[in-house]
Amino acid sequence: MLSKLTKGEREGGLIILLAMTVIGLVIAIAGRGDPISAHGFLIMLFSMAVAVPVMRHLFDPEPSRDRLDSYYDDPSKVGVVLTFAWGAFAMFVGDWVAWLLVEPNLTFSGAWSSFGRLRPVHTTGVIFGFGGNGLIATSFYVMQRTCRARLPDQLSPWFVLIGYNLFCLLAVSGYMLGITQSKEYAEPEWYADLWLVVVWIVYFVLYLRTLSRRQEPHIYVANWYYMAFIVVVAMLHIVNNLAVPVSLFGAKSHSLFAGVQDALTEWWYGHNAVAFFLTSGFLGMMYYYLPVRAGRPIFSYRMSIISFWGITFMYMWVGSHHLHYTALPQWVQTLGMTFSLVLLVPSWGSAANALLTLNGAWHKVRDDATLRFMMVAAVFYGLTTFEGSFMAIRSVNSLSHYTDWTVGHVHAGALGWVAMITFGALYASIPWLWKRERMYSPALVELHFWLALAGTAVYVFAMWNSGIIQGLMWRTYTENGNLAYTFIDSLVAMKPYYIARAIGGLLFLLGALAGCLNLFLTIRLAPGEAEAERAGSGPAYGRPSAAALQAGE
Amino acid sequence: MMTIVAHDTLVWFAKTFGLIYLVVLSVVVLCYAFWPSKQKEFDDASASILKKEDRPWQ
Repeated sequence: MLSKLTKGEREGGLIILLAMTVIGLVIAIAGRGDPISAHGFLIMLFSMAVAVPVMRHLFDPEPSRDRLDSYYDDPSKVGVVLTFAWGAFAMFVGDWVAWLLVEPNLTFSGAWSSFGRLRPVHTTGVIFGFGGNGLIATSFYVMQRTCRARLPDQLSPWFVLIGYNLFCLLAVSGYMLGITQSKEYAEPEWYADLWLVVVWIVYFVLYLRTLSRRQEPHIYVANWYYMAFIVVVAMLHIVNNLAVPVSLFGAKSHSLFAGVQDALTEWWYGHNAVAFFLTSGFLGMMYYYLPVRAGRPIFSYRMSIISFWGITFMYMWVGSHHLHYTALPQWVQTLGMTFSLVLLVPSWGSAANALLTLNGAWHKVRDDATLRFMMVAAVFYGLTTFEGSFMAIRSVNSLSHYTDWTVGHVHAGALGWVAMITFGALYASIPWLWKRERMYSPALVELHFWLALAGTAVYVFAMWNSGIIQGLMWRTYTENGNLAYTFIDSLVAMKPYYIARAIGGLLFLLGALAGCLNLFLTIRLAPGEAEAERAGSGPAYGRPSAAALQAGE
Repeated sequence: MMTIVAHDTLVWFAKTFGLIYLVVLSVVVLCYAFWPSKQKEFDDASASILKKEDRPWQ
């Protein structure tokens, strides 16, 4: 894999890694006595661990020019493996905290394993570790195919992928060490945030450079969604994380915002992270993989454009629906609520577009679990966006806010939409990337699908029940005007639902583990291109047609 | 305390410019998406990803 890099790229990579090793060492020494010191060591060890294989291949001969005749998929392959690894880890932690809510003693005595630290490990792990790696891996794949252009160089995709995973590691290990800036979904401290900005700018420039190498005048719509994901996440991340560090070699910083401004900035970030991290990028995935897998063009290209601009424009304003009945001005709350309702139009536009594309291919949905993952994802996307718009209405929110209904809503989106579309896209990509005929075991894909669907259904129904009961118990008054139930009463009423939720999460985790096993077996054991050729059955996808032409000349 | 931009000014700007921005952008997007001569470009784009050719053009 490393021999494919040119000499210059290997040297460039090594220089970056050595510089990072030094920076890590400086942070470790100068920050001693502060938690940041541990992160200095982590940066140093991480950079050295990546540098070792680079050094071992440093003096390999230059790669042949043949490499330019095919797409550069090595970073996508590593990204796919990392997606599954982060998924398994973070879903395990998620199920652990779910059981912790059933039985609070299921923990170790150290502070690192307290609920308050494990919960962001789960959220960051699934959103950024699992989702982010899935987005990066598939975006490299999709941008090259849709542009019919190879990545412009072989170093920057590695910088993006490895640098991004360093950020995720810093984030997750930081929470366990007690490093957090206490902003939901933006917990990492200032130095990790700065590092992500560097990585993200390289990612953005890489995408633009690939687009500029395309031949077709029109940019396929999946790229628009991926680009919106990259651009807007950069914007959100920078503004929400504006902070002043207490010292240059200390982990702690203070936000530039205070009070209600801080709250609004945080939820402007938070809801747009849902919009542009968890929706826009994954819609990019859907608009490429679903038509390709179904073998049919998207139902309405026009509708995909209108949906794109609708989502891009309107999501920007809905963050304030997280702050109903707060110190935020009433009109800002109403603005967020109104735009949330209008947002249903472009959201359902995309969901309907996906399902209508499958008209004429429903027999494939029946037979092919990979396509079924994508179909179910589109259904959950439609359901969750409807539910979200509904919950943004102020009077509905007065019942749902602070209850498990929110948790159920988020997981309908995260499990039903984000994870399902990711698994569908990955199961489609893996044989194409590794030049295999198919996944090693279609039966395991089928098993994964049903475990994931059952897990999501159990989870979401449990949380709907528990959330609505919770909300009603909190607002039930006696005839004297006192609250009818104590908080503990509502907690006791939740227990059966918490058990059900943890079982649902376990099913989902088991499905992901079946996926990991299948990925391993596919890479190791599935018939490769050479064997398939000998057996006379070419890979279903990926054979360059130009080779066939040459044979006939 | 010195205020750089008064709250009322900001609210006025958000409520006027914001509305114009929304309407104009919607019109532009709808025109772009439904422009008749764009039909072929869009058809070609949606069909382009289904080509089995899996190699760069250069």
